[in-house]
Amino acid sequence: MIANRALYFRRRLVNVVFIVLSVSAAAFGLVWLTFILGGLLVDGISALSPTLFTEITPPPGSKGGLANAIGGSVLMSVIAVSVGTPIGLFAGTYLAEYARHGKLAFVVRFVNDILLSAPSIVIGLFVYELVVVRMGHFSAWAGAAALTVIVIPVVVRTTENMLLLVPNGLREAASALGAPQNFVIKSVTWKAARAGIITGVLLAVARISGETAPLLFTALGNSGWNWNLKDAMNEPMASLPAVIYSFATGPYEDQHTLAWAGALLITATVLVLSIIARVLENQKRT
Amino acid sequence: MPAFKAFGFNFIITEVWSPTRERFGALAPIYGTLITSLIAMLIAVPVGIGIAIFLTDLCPRPLRRPIGIAVELLAGIPSIIYGIWGFFVFAPWFQLHVQEPVANAVTDIPVLGTLFGGAVFGIGTFTAGLILSIMILPFISAVTRDVLETVPSVLKEASYGLGATSWEVMWKVCLPFCQTGVVGGAMLALGRALGETMAVTFVIGNAHKIAPSLFAPGTSISASIANEFTEATGDLYRSALIELGLLLFVITFIVLAAAQLMLRQMERGKGKAT
Repeated sequence: MIANRALYFRRRLVNVVFIVLSVSAAAFGLVWLTFILGGLLVDGISALSPTLFTEITPPPGSKGGLANAIGGSVLMSVIAVSVGTPIGLFAGTYLAEYARHGKLAFVVRFVNDILLSAPSIVIGLFVYELVVVRMGHFSAWAGAAALTVIVIPVVVRTTENMLLLVPNGLREAASALGAPQNFVIKSVTWKAARAGIITGVLLAVARISGETAPLLFTALGNSGWNWNLKDAMNEPMASLPAVIYSFATGPYEDQHTLAWAGALLITATVLVLSIIARVLENQKRT
Repeated sequence: MPAFKAFGFNFIITEVWSPTRERFGALAPIYGTLITSLIAMLIAVPVGIGIAIFLTDLCPRPLRRPIGIAVELLAGIPSIIYGIWGFFVFAPWFQLHVQEPVANAVTDIPVLGTLFGGAVFGIGTFTAGLILSIMILPFISAVTRDVLETVPSVLKEASYGLGATSWEVMWKVCLPFCQTGVVGGAMLALGRALGETMAVTFVIGNAHKIAPSLFAPGTSISASIANEFTEATGDLYRSALIELGLLLFVITFIVLAAAQLMLRQMERGKGKAT
């Protein structure tokens, strides 16, 4: 009896310890989130000013803005998304609609998942060898190419997942009405999965807007801005993350402030995009 | 690959890294990558599993979604933000309030003294590992939560019916049931940690040497490449950095491929069960 009670007590004790540990694990995660966002807000908001969007990055010791970096980031992201989305969309459609259980699909899916989590710095090196070395100089095209390589696997993955959620009944009903497969995909399954696919693209944008490592060896950076975009794409181009990196690691106080402002801008963009993506996803489910 | 021709397999076992004498060895970056990832995994695996357990079984229902979303937001923050925050906010705080007291406390204890002793700078291998652990936490907890939800409720109900405590149900029934999935998720997170670049570059300190103390500055493969690549002069230097990148890719490829295969196996098992 006494042994039983001791055993019972011990089991209850272990249980309480376990519950306390998991609750504190969750608290640990939340503390870091508030710690990071708090630090970012404190240092970032005081650094915000309208000149951020109108002036270009300054030389050390003087004031300026981030206009060229913001422009570069937006331009390269737009190119990466507009090239990467169609490729990812068709590849994802192929996986979900045409070759769902095929051997080739298995291989493509596997490679895609590896690419999805491959270190972005390795992607940067790859594009360096492929584009920068061939062209002979750093350029915005190379930066956009690196970002495209990052966009594609994200879009492939979400497109495939979202198309798989579309009930087969819909496809069968459309086919039974005599629609050819390409028409079924275009007018039925894509439409049904539209919100999910847009979510995927938004997530891809969120992902590339903070990417730094691959841009360092491809677009490099540029302290000016060339309005002749055709030439600008052939030159090195500034980007927000790369500017943050070089300003934050430098010794100048003015540049640190700009780096914090840039960091706040990027985080705000990313968080807003992921919240919109989440809202879209929930609408889809209900 | 001039670097491979010049150094062969000695590349991965020598520590010297001297651009001026054109002698390159990758041991210090490799060591840094492995040790920071190890620290990150040691912290993030138990905490991540703890969060997942909290979210599936213990958390009051109305709080479940907001806390889940908050943890996932951690995954959305770009790594450069972790870097700048770690460098300007966290490292000085960590140096003053954690590293100094710890380093002072352990100076005379044999093993701990070497591991945590010496001058403290705030930035260093341990700080990098700690920040990595925060970054990979959401991946581990998301995957663990997903696989915990695949445990059939009949199993749990049966164990509770036999009088098991929450801990016993979790440890002896749920976790063994989804072991492969949890390990797969952890491997996925490990792949992230190994290749993570910007956050590590900011806080690791960029010293090409292997220091016995975890608080001392070090370097990792990704940090070396990010820091030195655009400044590398000479084919040999550049090629040495690219070879580092190749090494990193091979290491992460193996880890990620293993993770994918494990998670896929888990999915197949799920298909059979239902």
